[in-house]
Amino acid sequence: MTKQLQIVWTLAWRNLWRNHRRTLIMIAAVSVGVWAMIFMTALMRGMVNDMIRSGVENLPGHVQVHHPGFRDDPSVNNLIPATDTELAARLADRGFRAWSTRINVPAVITSERESRGVTLYGVDPARDRDVTFVADSIAAGRYLESIDDDGLVLGRKLLENLDTDLGKRVVLMSQDPDNDIADRGFRIVGVFEAELDNVEETMIFGGKRTIQQMLRIGDRVTEVAVVGPDYRDVEPLRRELARILDDDVEVLPWTELNTYLGTMLRVMDGFVLVWTVVIFLALSFGLVNTLVMAVFERVREIGLMLALGMRPVSILAQVMLESLLLLAIGLAVGTSLAWATIVPLEAGIDISIVGEGLEMFGASSVLYPELLLADVLLADAVVLILGILASLSPAWRASRYRPVEAITKV
Amino acid sequence: MTAVKCIDLCKTYRQGEQEIKALDHVDLDVERGGFVCLSAPSGGGKTTLLNAIGGLDIPDSGQVWIAGTRIDNMSKSELARLRLTQIGFVFQAYNLIPVLTAKENVEFVMQVQGVPARDRAKLALEILDEVGLAGLDGRRPAEMSGGQQQRVAVARALVSRPALVLADEPTANLDSHSADGLMELFVELNRNHQTTFVIATHDQRVMAYAKRLIKMLDGRIVGDIRQHEH
Repeated sequence: MTKQLQIVWTLAWRNLWRNHRRTLIMIAAVSVGVWAMIFMTALMRGMVNDMIRSGVENLPGHVQVHHPGFRDDPSVNNLIPATDTELAARLADRGFRAWSTRINVPAVITSERESRGVTLYGVDPARDRDVTFVADSIAAGRYLESIDDDGLVLGRKLLENLDTDLGKRVVLMSQDPDNDIADRGFRIVGVFEAELDNVEETMIFGGKRTIQQMLRIGDRVTEVAVVGPDYRDVEPLRRELARILDDDVEVLPWTELNTYLGTMLRVMDGFVLVWTVVIFLALSFGLVNTLVMAVFERVREIGLMLALGMRPVSILAQVMLESLLLLAIGLAVGTSLAWATIVPLEAGIDISIVGEGLEMFGASSVLYPELLLADVLLADAVVLILGILASLSPAWRASRYRPVEAITKV
Repeated sequence: MTAVKCIDLCKTYRQGEQEIKALDHVDLDVERGGFVCLSAPSGGGKTTLLNAIGGLDIPDSGQVWIAGTRIDNMSKSELARLRLTQIGFVFQAYNLIPVLTAKENVEFVMQVQGVPARDRAKLALEILDEVGLAGLDGRRPAEMSGGQQQRVAVARALVSRPALVLADEPTANLDSHSADGLMELFVELNRNHQTTFVIATHDQRVMAYAKRLIKMLDGRIVGDIRQHEH
């Protein structure tokens, strides 16, 4: 077989360009198909990643630590057993990208005119600015300055709902560990904007120590949020946190804290594969048709080569190689095309015309296509593997011709 | 030594409801170095017999032996190897590979045999020269006349010096001058290399070159005439 490889290669290459118009059309079809696979995947990947990044930055971090009962009853009755000082000592110098301890409890905020149920966060602004988006999203006023800050930062939408304004006073009410009312007046010092209205309506932020004092919980917190190197690969981070913290806490990755986004990530990976296969199936009809025609036009030559002593497996290899060459050229062109069209768009595509609909899903109005090597390799592998499988039938048929019949075909 | 031996060969084709006996209990011996012409009217069975001898077609019954080896029960791969190493074919229609040049067409069999590139090129150019195609080695079939194409096909059949050459109407598309040239080349190879030739033909001029003339009719051998030695 190796002896025949050179002639097989020569014949495959020259036969490919024998009907160059047909070959060019097929290469164009493969290229466009591959481009569509990669380009659409990059768009979808960009949208989903944007949703996930927004979701992850909207407070969870990559991994969170709580009291085991906190998720069922998110109140000060379910504080993390270790003190904030102890937690800080254990988390320090571990090489995490960012981490923050905080208080996260339900509360009621009241202005002169309106009241709203909200989630109150008591944060250390120096640490939390690396974990969440709020510090970078201040639209008016300022962000919190320290854990003793007695101001409050809330969302633009909540400000409207409360019919109040920056600099005005509001009253916060929650419960202390003895189930007594814990309340206090605050001045609104900052207003943030978020991509999602829901975030602006329900989240408010105060200095951690100020909130601890209001809730009478001493040096305790309800939540630790940690950011690792990659939101797609959080399990090593989860294991590390479980190891360094006490057993009586619950350590969960964002995929379990926000099951919608976690599922979205898994569905996206499946979608990419299905999308790639569907596009290829459309392509495969053209590919098989091209090969069937190419073989049909050469029945006599194939018969001649068999008659002269070429083994059937070499005929099979010749047709397969022809298909492989066609696919390889199409892949190279399609992948280059995808790269050339995605890279200039990586700065973002404004899709604000459908922004409101996208916001429902947690995506922003600017789409950032994301070209992943894994997606390119997947598209190329699917086209090559399925292309080879699709070519097997015409190649097999060509190798099964009886020379005496094939050679007399007109 | 016997180069070709056929024993009680039968081959029937079905054409609609009709059965056609292409070979009807054919027995044939061709000694090594033989120069045999099979002569028959169209449908007389000469091409079928040639195909059976060349392992291109399997008879319904009977045996075919080439150089002492039975071939009618060989697998496709074994037959391919036999054709590659022992038999040279010249077909009626030139049957060249259109995407290869004259030289590459001649080299084809040697390349499949695994002959090194340098040897292949040397032998191919020599034989092209021998068949009168010196300087045309870079042309593709579409750029050559019918006679030139047939000479390329002959060169391809002879270049690896097979023990047996089977030719089906090799002069059918040649003018008389080219036909004579081709037959003289066959005679020379037969004389110098003891190559065995079995040629199916209608052409009286070709028959005149044969040492032995076998006449067929309706799939049967009806005459076996020994002619002159070369």
